[in-house]
Amino acid sequence: MTSRQAYAPSLRLEKIAVVRGNRLVFGALSVMAGAGDVIWIRGANGCGKSTLLRLVAGLLSKTSGEISIEGNVALADENVALDPNLTVERALRFWADLDAATAAERESALSAMDLLGLSEVPVRFLSTGQRKRAGIARVLASNAPIWLLDEPYNGLDSANCARLDQAILKQVAAGGIVLVAAHQAPSINVAHSLLLDRQGIAA
Amino acid sequence: MRAFASLVAREVRLAWTGGGLWLPVIFYLAVATLFPFVAGPDKALLARTGGGILWIAALLSTLLPIERLILPDRQAGVLDQLALRGWSDELIAAAKIMGQLVAFALPLLLTTIIASALIGLPEAKLVTLLIGLTLALPALSGLAVTIAALTAGLSGASALGGLLLIPLAIPVLIFGAGTLADSPGNAMQLLAATSLAIAALAPFAAGAALRAGRV
Repeated sequence: MTSRQAYAPSLRLEKIAVVRGNRLVFGALSVMAGAGDVIWIRGANGCGKSTLLRLVAGLLSKTSGEISIEGNVALADENVALDPNLTVERALRFWADLDAATAAERESALSAMDLLGLSEVPVRFLSTGQRKRAGIARVLASNAPIWLLDEPYNGLDSANCARLDQAILKQVAAGGIVLVAAHQAPSINVAHSLLLDRQGIAA
Repeated sequence: MRAFASLVAREVRLAWTGGGLWLPVIFYLAVATLFPFVAGPDKALLARTGGGILWIAALLSTLLPIERLILPDRQAGVLDQLALRGWSDELIAAAKIMGQLVAFALPLLLTTIIASALIGLPEAKLVTLLIGLTLALPALSGLAVTIAALTAGLSGASALGGLLLIPLAIPVLIFGAGTLADSPGNAMQLLAATSLAIAALAPFAAGAALRAGRV
């Protein structure tokens, strides 16, 4: 928590252009977010929602524009990045140790996504929804003020969607920033919604 | 530093649970078992050529794990998550090389003792072979990770890996086999130098390949 209190996270993208495989994904995309913001990124398939998240995560390079990000970033996308042969608890602990998270923080991340009962199950036996929850638990345990969630509601039942909403609300209440790329509207209040259209221009 | 150690420990665990321990060992022993059938039972001939055969077997057995070194981590998003935490691709590659070295060194050296007994290598040659392989291991691990990073996701990665290894490993093989000559001193020094040079360059080459493979 100290990392969150030390400074307010912020995220600023100005006139970002991204070209991938000779295709312009964004022309001039600008996004601003400060502490406590939830931004819903929506748009049709292939409009660049995941590209935007990977760009913020620093995994893709921009073609032009300015990006400035204050604060650590945690990403949950379709790849859970948990070793399939380890138990959920041990697989999460690998990342939690890298992020210097305490045992209590790990525990609370597991319980927030209702994974305590599965903590001794190897990751390879998890169902789609359970894997998704384990990936979100990794983000919860990361202590990062900025969360990037790529289709986090996919595969989750309604009870777990509610748990995820709770976790997002708690994160923004603590001064974090959450970017959610999703088709359906999140059931929580979003600060801004960002519609990416086919030309990749935010509306 | 602790994070680096935990990544190395993860590599070792993955190597030893993913068949990485037994596969090179069995391959290496198979070569040692088959060679006398080809070369015949002439003891002097086996003693003279056996060391070289074991060098080739050691070199090729480093290639066995290349398919699981990089590709599964890329597909599972592990590389993305490390990059997200500020790890440079070179550091990831260095951790993987170190892990591969630790995981592979012990089984390879132990198996060399058994294999040299099967071929009937004289004791003095065995000691030289063990020292030479130990010196070459940093280079072999570095090459394995570099080749794994270069070929990750390509179809026919193992065959391509074999082709890539041949030119890159020739210096190691020349000096390595040279150590088995009657006065191994100079060859041993050149082997150590070559191995260190390859091991020092490998994280940068593998890191560049990891970066190029990120989409």
